[in-house]
Amino acid sequence: MLKARDLHFSYPDRPVLSGVSLTLAPGEVLAVLGPNGAGKSTLLRCLAGALTPKGRVELDGQALSDIPPTQRARLMAFVPQHIPARLPLTVFEAVLMGRRPYLSWRPRPEDLDAVWEALNLLGLTELAGREFGEISGGQRQKVALARALAQQSRLLVMDEPTSSLDLRHQMEVMALLCALAEEQDTGVVLAVHDLNLAARFASRALLMHRGRVFADGAPEDVLTEDSIRTVYGVDVLRMEAGAGAMFFPMAATSGTT
Amino acid sequence: MDGLAAYGALTGRRVVWLVGLSVLLGLVVLVSLALGSSVAGLRDVLRTGLDGVIFWELRLPRVLMGLLVGSGLAVGGAVTQAVLRNPLASPFTLGVASGAGFGAALGIVLVSATAKWAVAGGAFTFALVTVLFILGVARMKSATPETLVLAGVAIMFLFSACTSLVQFLGTEQQLQAIVFWSFGNLSRAGWGDILISAGMILPALPVLLFRAWDLNLLLAGDEMAASLGVRVERLRLAALLLAALMTAGAICFTGVIGFIGLVGPHLARLLVGGDHRFLLPASALCGALLVLISDVLGRTLFAPHMVPIGIVTAFLGVPFFFALLMRRRREFW
Repeated sequence: MLKARDLHFSYPDRPVLSGVSLTLAPGEVLAVLGPNGAGKSTLLRCLAGALTPKGRVELDGQALSDIPPTQRARLMAFVPQHIPARLPLTVFEAVLMGRRPYLSWRPRPEDLDAVWEALNLLGLTELAGREFGEISGGQRQKVALARALAQQSRLLVMDEPTSSLDLRHQMEVMALLCALAEEQDTGVVLAVHDLNLAARFASRALLMHRGRVFADGAPEDVLTEDSIRTVYGVDVLRMEAGAGAMFFPMAATSGTT
Repeated sequence: MDGLAAYGALTGRRVVWLVGLSVLLGLVVLVSLALGSSVAGLRDVLRTGLDGVIFWELRLPRVLMGLLVGSGLAVGGAVTQAVLRNPLASPFTLGVASGAGFGAALGIVLVSATAKWAVAGGAFTFALVTVLFILGVARMKSATPETLVLAGVAIMFLFSACTSLVQFLGTEQQLQAIVFWSFGNLSRAGWGDILISAGMILPALPVLLFRAWDLNLLLAGDEMAASLGVRVERLRLAALLLAALMTAGAICFTGVIGFIGLVGPHLARLLVGGDHRFLLPASALCGALLVLISDVLGRTLFAPHMVPIGIVTAFLGVPFFFALLMRRRREFW
């Protein structure tokens, strides 16, 4: 459903992506991994149409740049890394923003239902009437996810969607994303820092190193002690646990990555 | 509980506030029409109508101008706060008022303080010149809120200095006229002025209201707004241009009326929340209320002397604003 070929992107002072390609099939949960500055966020922004890279991004066979923005927003939801701490809206209204691609002026009952369902999935219905600025950072992150779910798109692109969540909520959110992928064939691309979380939940991993794809494939093949040493500059101990590999950091290797 | 009920609970209160504010505004309009330095009881106005000349040539234009100015300034402020994501912003932040002040000063010194076309025309022209300049700068780089606010503050100082220079060069009478202009005064407005102001303020309202959802999204950040289909930069520049036009249209005939553009939207936000579908109409109502009440107080408190409205809005608005800030548990928005 999503295809990127040979993406290049540079900020004025430095290149960030140099020749990144990937494909995503419906129902896949793709974890984009890599150290800070490897280009994860930039890649996600390019995939979501927030940045325009050189190269080609295709959504359902159509060039992303040819899809009108509102139409694109129905096909794909994007959760940026930065979520504002203040917003003069209630939680319900913040989630309702996800219905913008469908709305004209007055929300229809199906819009309100979609919002309620998204709030329900993330366990936020109790907070519906609260001010966005009053809730905790983790709750705000879940509201941002709910907003993306309310968009009812078949593709979710998320930049570190679990970074402010505690262990239990990380599990819940990842399980929810996997369930969406499995039951509704939703495609999920997410940038994550937590290798364990990626190994446990992702169906595929894409490891980035200095703006390039270092490895792409099943998490157990991509996340090896060798690849992690090369990319992150950290010696890890990989242990096989029941539901996926676990990584235990031992020491930073000498030299920089 | 479901989505419909949850949303109904949220919006019901807001509709009530909008209706309440409208009713209150209607009452204030009546009081404002009745009161003046020539005292005519409210009952007389309702029963027999005022003396025709006073009513048609003084009271009614004054009240209409107050409605226009108040709603124009407050809606301009609400929009500016949204697109700059800054609760301290108003079109004055973009230098509209300092530009207008300079233009008026120029008109007074180069033509005459009594040549209304020169004073109002100068004020309007320079109000827009400042904004166009800032938007131009922002377009060359990228129109982030920070760039715009910083450019606005810089240009504000520049035009304040320009006004000082004109004052320095002008005669004593001209200096007096310039200072008096900066106080703001609704009684300067004639019917022709009202029509021009209305032409600049009223058409912008439905356009902005139509974009209410996109304004909401801008609050949540450029990336998210863009991902939901908003053409961020275009909306930001267009909305600022409209806000500036409304503000310039409001103050070019009346002089600087401060604070409404800042307090009006905050008061409205406190009552109906931040969704622009409710916030924009509520801001218009709150702004109009603040201006009319200030005007009534300015006319009656020290009658037969009249305190210029620009002074009253600040005296009334600042304590009121502080009270709001203190009472709120949460952040200012």
